[in-house]
Amino acid sequence: MSRTLHTFKGGVHPPEHKAESNARPVHAAPLPRKLVIPLRQHIGNPAKPVVSVGERVLKGQLIGAADGYISAAVHASSSGTITAIGPALVPHASGLPDDCITIETDGLDEWITRTPLDYRALDPSELRMRLRDLGLAGLGGAAFPSAVKLDPGARHDCPTLILNGGECEPWITCDDVLMRQHADDILQGVAVMRHLLGSTEVIVGIEDNKPEAIAAMQAAAAKMDFATEVVAVPTIYPAGGAKQMVQTLTGKEVPSGKLSTDIGIQVFNVGTAYALARAVHRGEPLISRLVTVTGHVLRPQNVEALIGTPMQALIDVAGDRDGTTGVLMGGPMMGVPITNTGVPVIKATNCVLVKSRELFPPLPRALPCIRCTRCADACPAELQPQELFRFAKAGDFGRAQEYHLFDCIECGCCSYVCPSHIPLVDFYRYAKSEIWAREKEKRASDLARERHDFRQFRLEREKKEKAEKLAAKAKVKRAELAAAPAAEGAAAPSDADAKKALIAAALARAQAKKAEVAPKNVDHLPPEAQREIEEIEARRAKIREIAHQPLETDDKK
Amino acid sequence: MLEAILVMAFGAVVLGAALGYAAVRFRVEGDPLVEKIDAILPQTQCGQCGFPGCKPYAQAIAKGEAEINQCPPGGEEGIHKLADLLGREFKPLSAEHGIEKPKSVAFIDEQTCIGCTLCIQACPVDAISGAAKQMHTIIADECTGCELCLPPCPVDCISMVPIAEDLPHWKWKHPVIMLKEVP
Repeated sequence: MSRTLHTFKGGVHPPEHKAESNARPVHAAPLPRKLVIPLRQHIGNPAKPVVSVGERVLKGQLIGAADGYISAAVHASSSGTITAIGPALVPHASGLPDDCITIETDGLDEWITRTPLDYRALDPSELRMRLRDLGLAGLGGAAFPSAVKLDPGARHDCPTLILNGGECEPWITCDDVLMRQHADDILQGVAVMRHLLGSTEVIVGIEDNKPEAIAAMQAAAAKMDFATEVVAVPTIYPAGGAKQMVQTLTGKEVPSGKLSTDIGIQVFNVGTAYALARAVHRGEPLISRLVTVTGHVLRPQNVEALIGTPMQALIDVAGDRDGTTGVLMGGPMMGVPITNTGVPVIKATNCVLVKSRELFPPLPRALPCIRCTRCADACPAELQPQELFRFAKAGDFGRAQEYHLFDCIECGCCSYVCPSHIPLVDFYRYAKSEIWAREKEKRASDLARERHDFRQFRLEREKKEKAEKLAAKAKVKRAELAAAPAAEGAAAPSDADAKKALIAAALARAQAKKAEVAPKNVDHLPPEAQREIEEIEARRAKIREIAHQPLETDDKK
Repeated sequence: MLEAILVMAFGAVVLGAALGYAAVRFRVEGDPLVEKIDAILPQTQCGQCGFPGCKPYAQAIAKGEAEINQCPPGGEEGIHKLADLLGREFKPLSAEHGIEKPKSVAFIDEQTCIGCTLCIQACPVDAISGAAKQMHTIIADECTGCELCLPPCPVDCISMVPIAEDLPHWKWKHPVIMLKEVP
């Protein structure tokens, strides 16, 4: 069962640093006093809160419902009381707060009733909605809602399902440990994926620096009723990138701007398969995940952490040390710097990497780009990073897009090899977010144009309708009045007379209406109230009289 | 001789018919230059340029009746784009038409609003919902920040709130890199 492996262009070999954390047994992180669960943990619409402050929730209870198709639900990771719903600090490069639900845990860790899903009996679309409501999102790092990825769509079929156990980024070992310990469960999840996608071929790609994981997965695969090929792929960063994994295993290249599903391949992280198995077979929503805590800590290890646990709690479990210079969420190549370690673990948190001056010496100051194109040699997406850098720096975003900026996977190989130590990826991120912001602005201005045009049209239409209505009404009235004097034998009235008659008629109507309105509650009044009313009436009459007098202007005097 | 005249006449008729057909078939709706200018303008519809909306301003620019530096919401960037499109010289924003402000949306203080509908009538993009004697509210996603609702409000309950930078609107900043001094 040997498969011809292919290679992708570029890639780098950073020091692996895997042995630090993958040997220790996995423990569950202690239950924190407070869980902060962000509503936006996945790509797509943030979840909508369905609980209120003061409410008691159970472990696994839905607290934020999925909003729309590309969204995922969030759940209480433990039992307790909701103490706040609102902005709180989240792990994000911006350091900005976002909407979160805060739970004060009661220590009971009391579950809701969990009902396993009979996935074979359920309609596929119904099953996908259930998975969305169980909060499933990709655990490889991008946190894309899994239910969407499990939809083969009307036109696509997905003959090939790739399970990504590459874990190419240095320091991170959570997938490695998961595969060693839960290989059977992972493949149970794969069975559900196969069922939904109709895949005929299942390939598990694991970097060859994880022999234990490969052995465990092979042993588990032998027990399953479908063929699963466990393939060791050469260790090179970023072999675990979805597109790179597809190329290594199948030799097919995902076209620029397309998805792997367009060529009939779907890729899932092993952690996602495990979470899927837990959701389907045990009815457990995604409320915890394995997190590697490593770097400058006393006991680097993997911990099973509840979503919402503060990262500092995990660092404490691993043993905080002096001399910390910073914390990354993720690995050293693609990780997001965390400024406040009180931020919670989210679905996308695969690693908490504590930095020190010895492990991560500060980069020397950058030098100008000398266009050596070492970055182009290292780029696994076959881009021209030096050109992209030039365009991004100059703000020439159109040219950057022409050079396929959006095919950049931000793996950091270019920055890693750059002899001038230019933070190239930062420039690409800047350019991408500028382009997105401009597109958003363009959409907003198109909407404003459309609404303004419609308003102009509506005002015109209303004016015309009003004029027509008035004309029709006047015509009817005029005809009526013309008929009345004719019956009396008088001469036909002129236009001006007709108008006068119309006004007189309207005046008569208004007066009749006024006369009809009688003041209320005036029967059987006590004499003093009656007197008061009379006084007020007298005052009113006087005011009316004054108002009817012509104004005395200065020139009259 | 007659043959030659007939051939020429026939040729003229055929070409004339072809041109006539093309004029109808490939007719360009609207003025493409106005459309291009309008696409650059921010569609705030605020009238600060002195025209009753972005389209009339675009038409005036196309006719050469207006300068390209009269749009404060478009800012310097918009003027640069217009200058590039029209091949004109860049000019700084004309002060008499206003200054460039951070993007904002209107906000109605619901405690003070008396439901007079005057702001609804002023809004150029129908981004205010409400009815007579009912509280009004701004549809923030559709508000262009034109400030046209501010003057008609008799109780001054509308204020402009700058759009705060939140997570969905956050942008990566232009990296600041420390360059090593080369001796």
